[in-house]
Amino acid sequence: MPEVAVAGFAQAPNVRETAGTTNGVEMLVPILAEVFAATGLSKQDIGFWCSGSSDYLAGRAFSFIAAVDAIGAFPPIHESHVEMDAAWALYEAWLKIRTGEVDTALVYGFGKASAGQLRRVLALQLDPYVLAPLWPDSLSLAGLQARLGLEAGLWSEKDLAEVAARARADATDNPAAQLSGRVDVAELLDTPYVADPLRTHDIAPVTDGAAVLVLASAERARDLVDRPAILTGVEHRVDSPVLGARDLTRSPSTEAAARALDLDGVELAELHAPFTHQELILRRALGLNGDVRISPSGGALTGNPMFSAGLARIGEAAARIHRGEAGKTLAHATSGPVLQQNLLAVLEAR
Amino acid sequence: MTKQLAAVLGTGQTHHRAKRTDVSMPGLLREAIDRAMADAQVGWDDIEAVVLGKAPDLFEGVMMPELFLADALGANGKPLLRVHTAGSVGGSTALVATSLIQSGVHRRVLTVAFEKQSESNAMWGLSILPPFQMPVGAGAGGYFAPHVRSYIRRSGAPEHIGAIVAAKDRRNGALNPYAHLRQTDITVESVQASQMLWDPIRYDETCPSSDGACAMVLGDEASGDAVPGGAAWVHSTAMRTEPTTFAGRDQVNPQAGRDAAAALWHEAGITDPLSEVDVAEIYVPFSWFEPMWLENLGFTAEGEGWKVTEAGDTAIGGRLPVNPSGGVLSSNPIGASGMLRFSEAAKQVMGRAGDYQVDGARLALGHAYGGGSQYFSMWVVGSHKP
Repeated sequence: MPEVAVAGFAQAPNVRETAGTTNGVEMLVPILAEVFAATGLSKQDIGFWCSGSSDYLAGRAFSFIAAVDAIGAFPPIHESHVEMDAAWALYEAWLKIRTGEVDTALVYGFGKASAGQLRRVLALQLDPYVLAPLWPDSLSLAGLQARLGLEAGLWSEKDLAEVAARARADATDNPAAQLSGRVDVAELLDTPYVADPLRTHDIAPVTDGAAVLVLASAERARDLVDRPAILTGVEHRVDSPVLGARDLTRSPSTEAAARALDLDGVELAELHAPFTHQELILRRALGLNGDVRISPSGGALTGNPMFSAGLARIGEAAARIHRGEAGKTLAHATSGPVLQQNLLAVLEAR
Repeated sequence: MTKQLAAVLGTGQTHHRAKRTDVSMPGLLREAIDRAMADAQVGWDDIEAVVLGKAPDLFEGVMMPELFLADALGANGKPLLRVHTAGSVGGSTALVATSLIQSGVHRRVLTVAFEKQSESNAMWGLSILPPFQMPVGAGAGGYFAPHVRSYIRRSGAPEHIGAIVAAKDRRNGALNPYAHLRQTDITVESVQASQMLWDPIRYDETCPSSDGACAMVLGDEASGDAVPGGAAWVHSTAMRTEPTTFAGRDQVNPQAGRDAAAALWHEAGITDPLSEVDVAEIYVPFSWFEPMWLENLGFTAEGEGWKVTEAGDTAIGGRLPVNPSGGVLSSNPIGASGMLRFSEAAKQVMGRAGDYQVDGARLALGHAYGGGSQYFSMWVVGSHKP
């Protein structure tokens, strides 16, 4: 099987609201141009295309069709789409290159969370017969999860605020981040609750955004970038949707995916944790020791573009290798309520 | 190429109806899944990953339903993927599941596609008018009728061709115990006497709106070798996409469909599809799409597809039986319709198609399209290894 590498990455600014249309595909045009310029590729060179997005975010059926316009009218493309974070589109593209059928792929994700009321829209991911009719919104569910961890003694509100402060400080070096800057933990703890025990800083901001990533066989990738980031393992798993059927302070799907991978020697991990306490759950599930740098981009707490934030974590982890700043990195993406579904990718310079 | 061999080990589908009020969404899916797993003689421990497809989430009012369905799909603790490529999604879903095998990542994969259209109103789901886009507001029939008129004008086809297809597919559907519409007595004349809906498309030439699901178990070479009576081996796959509208786009004979077919036949080593393929399950939601897609797929030259239909060559017992299961005209759970075409092709080469089995079927086409005739997915399966 051919090895697959990340050869290029670009993302749109993570903003509270774009002025574009409800599906947000306008954000793709400049970043498609950016990865083409960086890799020297053109539309015709791409063997396979795969995207991730959601009709519910745009409030209409078939919202992903408009994205094809951002690629260009003709000729027809070899293409697929997942109604998930584009990290799972990357998984599909990774498979396609592994079959040997193509040697390049372009993966993209986009979402305009500002088009609706995100916390209510996400409630529609729940069981439609027994749970969704009660409208438990995404912040309230995360609050329940955070409360369970507090009462089990797994973390304190101060631990959570420290995660937020670190993320915002790290994001000062990330021009795409929505939130950044130095904040004082004591001041954060003085702010009111949004969904007890979560405060504003514990919750990823509503974000519009998009990301594009170029994959290639390891052989081809060497022509496109000086230091390709080889995907030495990609694993994903899902947990039960029944909130009362699992221990919400753990992430069994992340643990299972991690067991199937070699995480020894990982220098940094880009984690898709939209809530501060979820970063702590993930760090424990991954067994990461204190030497591993967590989300040096600032992570999802400083910008969480729905349906591309997971892909962007892989892009950020790959870019560190492209720039020679790391030799082995880990990226994580999540989907569904309270970390239901999780994907891990290990990237290495070779 | 480093592609591994992949095979269909078993298939299952639900009874299709306008409203399946007797089952929930998980119940509907399990009806198809349990049949597919029994047909493949596998248990849950044999399944390494699950790939689910369906058309727009607005049809059932659930955002990303794969999440709440994870329990019913037996997916907990396993990889679960969700595909959505408009009406072609059932086919694309099967192809993504196939790539899990072909890439050497998994040995056995469950794939399932569904639509429970009675949960909401599909016309509503399709009628939201986004800004800066061409409003159609006419439903699928209103969108496709001008293409059909254009096809008739370009090809010179006589007006009864559509009725021939409708009568044939509905009579075939009567042989299929799972079909939604089973009209033994339908004739060309009765189709021509039915209500005109979108000129030239009449009521009896349109697909129904169905609740239903389809599932398949796919496996690697060793799993395929173990299938009693023989598996359906994947010989080739293809997917292509073009935008909905742009100047110069040919919506009667789209380039994306022609490109996909060319890639499909090339990979399968087929040079003359009409003589080499034994049976075809083609996505025909409105009757006139049979001759149109026969041309687009390269079975005939442009403008000649209707002649094959008129000659009776596409009936069971003809040169190229098309939709012996009854096709989309007999059952249309949108998200599952493409996978039904793929699984019916597999059933034919496995010799498991019952009363609508085509004698000696060794090579079969499964085809799906979606959106405004812009998404195409297809596969060729055979009774022998490629």
